[in-house]
Amino acid sequence: MGVLRRVRDWLDQRFGWAELIAPLKKKTVPAHRYSYWYFLGGITLFLFLIQVGTGILLLLYYRPSANEAFESVQYIMTQVQFGWLVRSIHSWAANLMILSAFLHMFSVLFLRAYRKPRELTWVSGMVLLALALGFGFSGYLLPWNTLAFFATKVGTDVAAQVPLVGRWLMIFLRGGEEVTGATLIRFFGFHVALLPGITTLFLALHLLLVQRFGISVPPAVEKEWQGSSRGAREIRFFPNFLLRELMAWYVALGVLGVLAALLPWGLGTKADPFAPAPAGIKPEWYFMFMFQTLKLIPAKIGFIDGEQLGVLLFAVAGLVWLLLPFFDPEGRGRAQRWVLGAGIFALTYIAGMTAYGYMAK
Amino acid sequence: MCPHHALADSEAAPARRRFVEWLLGGGLLASVVSFFYPLVRYLIPPPTADLGSDTVVAGRVGELKRNTGKIFRFGSRPGLLILTAEGEYRALSATCTHLDCTVQYRGDLHEIWCACHNGLYDLNGRNLSGPPPRPLEAYDVHVRGDEIVVNRRRGA
Repeated sequence: MGVLRRVRDWLDQRFGWAELIAPLKKKTVPAHRYSYWYFLGGITLFLFLIQVGTGILLLLYYRPSANEAFESVQYIMTQVQFGWLVRSIHSWAANLMILSAFLHMFSVLFLRAYRKPRELTWVSGMVLLALALGFGFSGYLLPWNTLAFFATKVGTDVAAQVPLVGRWLMIFLRGGEEVTGATLIRFFGFHVALLPGITTLFLALHLLLVQRFGISVPPAVEKEWQGSSRGAREIRFFPNFLLRELMAWYVALGVLGVLAALLPWGLGTKADPFAPAPAGIKPEWYFMFMFQTLKLIPAKIGFIDGEQLGVLLFAVAGLVWLLLPFFDPEGRGRAQRWVLGAGIFALTYIAGMTAYGYMAK
Repeated sequence: MCPHHALADSEAAPARRRFVEWLLGGGLLASVVSFFYPLVRYLIPPPTADLGSDTVVAGRVGELKRNTGKIFRFGSRPGLLILTAEGEYRALSATCTHLDCTVQYRGDLHEIWCACHNGLYDLNGRNLSGPPPRPLEAYDVHVRGDEIVVNRRRGA
């Protein structure tokens, strides 16, 4: 290990390496019966890194044009060695990442980790979730298959329902009046350049805030610790927590590998803009609750369009959700019960509507 | 615990520990290999089907003026067809042997020229001056009806 030591000394003499990593050596993580929920953020990060890696690999063969996109994905899946695996991992990890981000969000909410001083950590996390949904929506279109084509038509048409700027927004998203090859190029640009850039910034901010404030201890556990003679229980971040985290990542990778290999992601049929939408057209599961809600709202309610009302309601709900920590900065009392209620309602609503969406014709 | 037992434990521990370390290390190594093997295989592009046969129609009689040349497709690579000042057809590979640029016929020099690094070849493809290290591959030319047919030479 002589070389490693010399490299470390070299860095130390120039950047004060030892001083830089000193806080990391002292960093601790609280240990209690809810500790396992902490892993969800890390697993989401891990899946994101998988997406970056497999996404770069897919870029080696993917062609972003309406004439070639479907064929190039087909080529990846049938001609390129292990191409089917790389594409299947990219699709599975995308879905698992959104799932783990949702679980992470709800665990933060129910363990009341959003309270002061971590309000902005919550807000940056919500921005990251929105970006992840953007990744999902834009990436879904890229294979240019029938399902994705119509899901994008519907999705961008929903954007058109936004008051005042809706039409402009839809034309901006589609790159014209209709979903065409121009839309594909745009979505490709969003998916591989714009969203990764913005996500990197917010991810850095999110991690910096987590690092700055440390990991939250749930109020109930805090109270127990204050009452007991043993006081707070902690484990060291390095190496104890890090090794546990890496083990969790390893398990996540195993699950991902099994899913991707045993249930390879399909491709469907090539999109035909002049064919009627096939029966049973559905968005990605994480948009299902919104899709189903919009289906249930009547066409006209009073003087306002049903669709518009739905979009408006989701926008208000999203805004309230984004600002949730500011209604309950202390994490106690009546405000806390309201936030808890909102969390349970949201979880029930999303789960219920998603299930309904899959069961309804 | 009696001293005898303590001694036995301390002697047995390193062997057990080594075994566990081998098991863990071997498992990790195996998984690393199983990640990187597909990755490396994925990076190597599948071979493209060679479109070229050994014979191609490079042009039609009367298409070229004397002392000019044109590029034709020979499989996936370019070829150069020349009608010399004397009225004789010549066909060669158009890929410069220096760094893969595409060469052209220079009527003013009566030679084949590569614009990238000023390489010169004669009409038989021999490298005359400049950086090219080897001659251009020459092909056989036949006129069949009004078609100019180019053949790769056997064994070349």
